[in-house]
Amino acid sequence: MPEFVMPDLAPVMPEIVMTILALVTLIADIIFKRKETLAILSIASVVLVFFVLFGTPFKTTFNGMFIADGYSLFFKLIFLLNVVLTVLISMRYLVIERVNFGEYYSLILFATLGMMLMASAGDLIVLYLGLELMALSTYILAGFITYDMKSNEAAMKYFLLGAFASAFLLYGISMIYGLTGTTDLNAISEYIILNGLTANPVVMLSMILFAVAFSFKIAAVPFHMWAPDAYEGAPTSVTAFMSVGPKAAGFAVLGRVFLIAFGSVRMDWSAVLIPIAILTMGVGNIVALSQTNIKRMLAYSSIAHAGYALLGIIAGTGEGLASVMNYLLIYAFMNIGAFAVIIMLRTEGFKGDTITDYEGLAKSHPLAAALMLVFMFSLTGIPPTAGFMGKLYIFMSAVYAGYTWLVVVAVIFSAISAYFYLRIVMYMYMREPKESVSLAATPALGIALAITAAAVIIIGVLPSAVVSFARAAVAGF
Amino acid sequence: MIATAFALGALVVGSIFRLKRPYAEKLMPYESGNPPVGEPRQRFSVKFYIIAMLFVVFDVEAVFLYPWAIVFDKIGLYAFIEMVIFIVILFVGYIYAWKKEAFVWD
Repeated sequence: MPEFVMPDLAPVMPEIVMTILALVTLIADIIFKRKETLAILSIASVVLVFFVLFGTPFKTTFNGMFIADGYSLFFKLIFLLNVVLTVLISMRYLVIERVNFGEYYSLILFATLGMMLMASAGDLIVLYLGLELMALSTYILAGFITYDMKSNEAAMKYFLLGAFASAFLLYGISMIYGLTGTTDLNAISEYIILNGLTANPVVMLSMILFAVAFSFKIAAVPFHMWAPDAYEGAPTSVTAFMSVGPKAAGFAVLGRVFLIAFGSVRMDWSAVLIPIAILTMGVGNIVALSQTNIKRMLAYSSIAHAGYALLGIIAGTGEGLASVMNYLLIYAFMNIGAFAVIIMLRTEGFKGDTITDYEGLAKSHPLAAALMLVFMFSLTGIPPTAGFMGKLYIFMSAVYAGYTWLVVVAVIFSAISAYFYLRIVMYMYMREPKESVSLAATPALGIALAITAAAVIIIGVLPSAVVSFARAAVAGF
Repeated sequence: MIATAFALGALVVGSIFRLKRPYAEKLMPYESGNPPVGEPRQRFSVKFYIIAMLFVVFDVEAVFLYPWAIVFDKIGLYAFIEMVIFIVILFVGYIYAWKKEAFVWD
């Protein structure tokens, strides 16, 4: 038996700190009666992890199972940002929904820990562990309003289809393990190249199974069925959380597995991903046209955005990957911002989640309407907002990689999307208010809105800082 | 192929040739020799599920402890610390369950 050596723990430090703080939050729930304390504690935890993250050396540890590099760093920043914004928008909301339980915060931290592990996974087993930790926590969060049938339905559907997707992933892992005898991403790639298995049916089958599992996670058509119901039924703050975090984590593993382990069969997996991307953009944008519930509409919009981001992966270049990361960061800001406005409309006895509730919002609450306008413009991709820049870089990278026709398709669908985003703007500015809508504005919500709106506009005007950061992050990939 | 045919064939042939003498006791569902008291598909109190879940957690802990204990002299201090961390994490869950009164029956 070989001697066990202590692995280098420095690269895993952010995850270790995150684990400890999530456990502390769990225990703090028992000690503190005021749940706002937990919200502040979880934000403080994330800030601490943020500082630890920047002191982490870029190294591989645990025999290649765990990779700390620029790529994982960038994704972890998205996840941490996601936690901060979600916690800020959910403090008052949980009280209104009468589900102000402390477990909410520890579950969010555990889900984020799972995402961080996924972003750093250099081994399929670690990837699976992280994915399950993230998924199990989000299933519970989706059903957090225990007395609400819709929330229960959301959790149930998300759980059943998520478990199904996990089974696909495990099947894919077992296939590739049976063929290559390893679960290490680099070793799989080497084995495939050395043994000339680039046309092997088992490699193809396991690649397809991986594509299916990851498509579930990023809600790509035809594996998007759970998304509208789960997004509509789940508490709005959780919808914001899971439309950004798990999606970004899905893209993180998609990029790593497909560009490293299946790097040698790139033509084959892009042949699988191209129809998925086209369908995703098509179904997401076209079905969103007929939605009357704004959460459901944003669910379809979130599906469509996964389709745009897939273009960067299909491009398969470092530039494409950087543009995907850039896009996911921008998407985190604009999407959580939009959900923050939706949460603001939710008050005691008023749901505020149908599109007609936004009629005349500009007259009664001009600031909220203006913020919603910014987020809707950004989601559509109108300059000078960040959404435009995100799309621009993705489409450019796809054009440089020779997928001009695919970009033309994406632009057409993007134009269609303007209808349902701008319809909300039209309702807010061009209709008279039917009933008086009051807002549940709190300082925390204000901070979240200020951060997201400022980021959407600043990145839209000066995108180079984020883009060069993303490029630098991919450089060490 | 042959195995499938053999398995199916045994069932089919058996169903043709075996004796069929059903009577009331024989048709009763077998429940460890006791006469059944009711339908098995009734709703259980959620308390049973909580107990079952807690059992699984500590059962898994025991499952991990056994192989660890057997090779303990070979894997040294590092594995010892690993196991302590594992148990501490479970212990946090235990405190949580305790304080949330998951062990209280009523």
